[in-house]
Amino acid sequence: MNAPATFDPSAISQREKLVVIGNGMAGCRAVEEILARDPARYDIAIFGAEPRVNYNRIMLSPVLAGEKSFDEIVINDQAWYDDNAITLIAGDPVDHIDRERKTLVTRSGRVEPYDRLIIATGSDPFIIPVPGSTLPGVVTFRDLDDVDKMLAAAQQGGDAVVIGGGLLGLEAAHGLCLQGMKVTVVHLMPTLMERQLDEAAGFLLKAELERRGQTILTGADTEAILEQDGHVAGVRLKDGREIAADIVVMAVGIRPSVSLAKAAGLEVERGIVVNDHMVTSDPAVMAVGECVQHRGACYGLVAPLWDMCRALADEATGAPSGYAGSVTSTKLKVSGIDLFSAGDFSGSDGSEDIVMRDAARGIYKRVVVQGDKLIGAVLYGDTADGNWYFDLLKKGEDISDIREALIFGQAYASGGALADPNAAVAALSDDAEICGCNGVSKGQVVACISGGAHSLDTVRSTCKASASCGSCTGLVESLLALTLGGAVESGPKTLCKCTSFTHDDVRRLILEKALKSIPEAMQELHWTTPEGCASCRPALNYYLLCAWPGEYVDDQKSRFVNERLHANIQKDGTYSVVPRMWGGLTTPDELRAIADAAEKYGARTVKVTGGQRIDLFGIRKEDLPAIWADLNAAGMVSGHAYGKALRTVKTCVGSEWCRFGTQDSTGLGVKIERMTWGSWMPHKFKIAVSGCPRNCAEATIKDFGVVCVDSGYELHVGGNGGIHVRATDFLCKVETEEEALEYCAAFIQLYREQAHYLERTAPWVERVGLDSIKAQLFEAPDTIRQLAARFRISQKYSQIDPWAERAGGERADLHQHIAEVRPLQVENIA
Amino acid sequence: MIGKWLDIGSVNQIEPGTARTLPVQGGEEIAVFRTMNGEFHALVNKCPHKQGPLSQGIVHGNVVTCPLHNWNISLKTGEALGEDKGCVPVIPLKVDAGRIFLLREAVIGPSSAAEAA
Repeated sequence: MNAPATFDPSAISQREKLVVIGNGMAGCRAVEEILARDPARYDIAIFGAEPRVNYNRIMLSPVLAGEKSFDEIVINDQAWYDDNAITLIAGDPVDHIDRERKTLVTRSGRVEPYDRLIIATGSDPFIIPVPGSTLPGVVTFRDLDDVDKMLAAAQQGGDAVVIGGGLLGLEAAHGLCLQGMKVTVVHLMPTLMERQLDEAAGFLLKAELERRGQTILTGADTEAILEQDGHVAGVRLKDGREIAADIVVMAVGIRPSVSLAKAAGLEVERGIVVNDHMVTSDPAVMAVGECVQHRGACYGLVAPLWDMCRALADEATGAPSGYAGSVTSTKLKVSGIDLFSAGDFSGSDGSEDIVMRDAARGIYKRVVVQGDKLIGAVLYGDTADGNWYFDLLKKGEDISDIREALIFGQAYASGGALADPNAAVAALSDDAEICGCNGVSKGQVVACISGGAHSLDTVRSTCKASASCGSCTGLVESLLALTLGGAVESGPKTLCKCTSFTHDDVRRLILEKALKSIPEAMQELHWTTPEGCASCRPALNYYLLCAWPGEYVDDQKSRFVNERLHANIQKDGTYSVVPRMWGGLTTPDELRAIADAAEKYGARTVKVTGGQRIDLFGIRKEDLPAIWADLNAAGMVSGHAYGKALRTVKTCVGSEWCRFGTQDSTGLGVKIERMTWGSWMPHKFKIAVSGCPRNCAEATIKDFGVVCVDSGYELHVGGNGGIHVRATDFLCKVETEEEALEYCAAFIQLYREQAHYLERTAPWVERVGLDSIKAQLFEAPDTIRQLAARFRISQKYSQIDPWAERAGGERADLHQHIAEVRPLQVENIA
Repeated sequence: MIGKWLDIGSVNQIEPGTARTLPVQGGEEIAVFRTMNGEFHALVNKCPHKQGPLSQGIVHGNVVTCPLHNWNISLKTGEALGEDKGCVPVIPLKVDAGRIFLLREAVIGPSSAAEAA
C-alpha cells in the first residue's frame, strides 16, 4: 500500500479507530512506531492524565538538578499531534473501559469508541503506608508536577528527606542537594541500589555521596512522617531516630498501574498480562510499557519499552514479529558518578566472578561469566567498557578466547597477542612501574625473583611489590611465571580463596589503612569475590572487632549460627544452653532455676560439661529468648559455650577446703572469669586454676592455666585437650593474684591481636614459638601493662550479656518463624 | 477459592543476607532466604548431607553454607556445590507488591488446602 503523506479527511470512516490510554513514553512511542509502518491505517486518539504533551520522563532528574528545562525534554510537541491528525485528550483521565461496547469513558464523562485499544498507563509510585504519608510536603518523584513541588520547596532551603536509596531516590537526592537543600537519604536495605549494585559497589557509591554532603542512612526503616502545623516536619525511624524535613520524597519503588485493566476484567497479575505480540487477554486490547507483565517479567526501565513498541507496532500493522523480553542495563544519572550494571550479577550456578578493584582510584569492576558467555557486569568508577560488556551480554557472544583479559576491558581484550596477560607483562619495559604503592619497577621485581624470591610472599617481603594494596598481585604473579617458568612456589596459605593476602597481611592492613567495615576491607584489599565467603566473612568480622573495639559494629550476618543465636546448634537443629557459673561455682537457687528451665522448655538431656557447667540440650530456637529470660531472672548470664570466646574458668576447691591447697584457687578462678568473660577470641579459649601441683583442675591442658604453689602462681600457656593433646608451656611464675590477673589479660590480648582466626593457642604457640611470645611479653618493661590495658578497653564493650539483650526483645526475627503453614480442616462430604 | 500462591509475609520481615523459617504442619519446614542483592529463594530447610538447618547458615552471594558441616548449597537450584553431591528441593517463590508468595502445591502438596498464619 502506498501511504498518503498527508491526512485525507474522507478516509476517516474506513479507518479503524485506535485509542491509546497513556500519553507517556510507551504510549507515544507505540504510536510513532505504528505511524512509521503505516501512517494511514488508524484514526488515533491519545488520552493522557497529565495536562501536557509527551515528554521524556527519565530526564526529570536533570530538570530537578537544574541541568535541563522542561522544553528541552519534550519529545513530541503539539505540532506532532496536529501533523499526524492525532487527537490528544490531556488532563482528562480515563475512568473506565467498557470492553463489550468497545468504548471508554473519561472522568468528565466523555465517551470514546475504539476498534483497537492500547493501554500504556505506566506505573504508579509506591507510597509506604506509614502515618503521615498523606501530609502536605510529602511528594513522589514521577511527573513534572512532583519536580515543580520539589523545586518550590528547594527555594526555601532547609532539610529534605528522601525515602528510598534506589535509582530514582538517589537522583532526587542529588537534585535536591544541588538545589541547596540538606539531604538525608533513608534506605531500608543495607546497600544502596541493591537491585542494580552488589555490596561492594554500593559501598563506594555511599562513600562518594557522603563525601558530597548527603547523609545516607542504610538499614533505616521509616516508622512515621511527622507533622507540624499541618505540614510535614520530619521522619521518625523505627529505631527512634528523628530527622527534620521540610520536604519528604517517597521514592521507594513503582508498581505497574493496572487498576483500569483490572476493572475491565483483563487478565492481570503483577502487571497486565500480554503475549509476545503485546496483546492482552482481549484480542482488541494491547498493552505496552511499565504496566505490562511479559513472560512473568515487569520492567521499570526505558530500554525494554523500545523493543515492546516495535513488537506492538508490527502486530498492529499486520506483520507480527514478537517480543522476547529484554536484558536491561542501568546507569545512574548523577553527574560525576560513573556507575553501570547489566544482566545477572547475583551469582547463579556455575557462574564465575571476575573482580578487579583499584582502591587508589576508587574503581570496582565485576563481570559474571557462565560457561563461555558473559551474563552480568557491575562497574563503578570506570564505566568506559559498560557498553562493550552490555553488547557481549545481549549478543551472547562466546568470550572464551578473551576470558583472561575480559576484566581489563575492550582495548586490552581485543589487543591480539596482548590478550594473554603474561604476554602483556612480558612486553613491558624494565622501568615500567609494577607496584604504585611502593614504587617498584618491573626490573626490580624480576631482579628480586632472580635473586631467590620464588613465591608471591617472598617477593612481597623482599622488594615490597604488591605488599600494600595488592592490586598488582596479578602482575607480580605474571612476572613470577615469566621469570621462573613452572618453578613458582606457592606461598603461605591465604586467608581464603577470596584474597591473595594471608591472615597476617589482612590483620596488618586493617590497622595500617584504618579499615573499619567488611565492605571497606574487601574493597581496599582487592577481594576477588563480591561478598566474600563463609570463611572470610567471620574472620574479617573478628579482626575488625579486635582492631576497633567500641567503634566497629558487629556484623551478625558474618557470624556463625552459634554466635548469632548465642547457643550451640546440635545435629537435630535444636540448641544447647549453658548458663555461666563463675569459676564453676553455683548455688541451690541457681540449680533450682536451671532445673525449672530444663523442665519448662523440655530439655531432653541435662549434662555436666568438662568445664564445670550444666548444659541443657534440645531447646528450640523459638524458646531461646524465654529460657534466657528465666535464667537471667535467677541471676545467670550467657556462658558463651557457643563462641570463639572465653568459655570457662575451671577451678579446684583450693585452700578453702582442700587439705593440700596452697592458694584460693576458686577465688582466683572467679576473679579471672569476671575479668575475661564476654571477650571474643580467634577461637575458643579455656582457662583453669589449680590450687596445688596435683592440678585437679587440669590447668596444664588449657589455653591459659594457673597452678598455685606455696610461693605464688605458675602460669602456663598453649595447652589443648583436643584431637592433638598438648600440654602447656611454662610461661613464668608470679607472686601475687594481681600479677596473675594482669599476665592473663596480657597473654589473652596478645593472642587476640596476633593469632589467625580459628587458630587455638596451641597451634599458635607452636607456629610462632614460645620464645617469640616470651620475647614480646617480657623484653620491654611496659608491654604486659599495655596489652592488659588494651584488653580491658575491649572488655568495656564486650561484657554485655547477649542473653539479656535478646530476652529483652532484641533481634526477635532471629528466633521467630516468619509464618506457619497449617492444613485447613476439610469437611467430609458424606 | 484457594489461590495458587501462599502469602507468607512481607519482604521486610527478612533482613538481607539472612533467612527465616516456615514450619509446615505435616510437611517439611521451609527456609526462606533473602540475599544481599535482595533476591528471595525458598528451600526445604534440610541440608542434603545430614539434614542441617540451612536457614541458619551464612549467606554469601546465592549460596548458603550449612551450619553443621559447611556444605555450600545453591539457593537457586538447591544443589550442593563443589565436590559435594546432593540436592535439596527448591520451593517456587515470587515477590509481589512487597509480599512473599510460595507456590502452594510445592508447600503442602497438590490436593490439600492450607493457610499461612
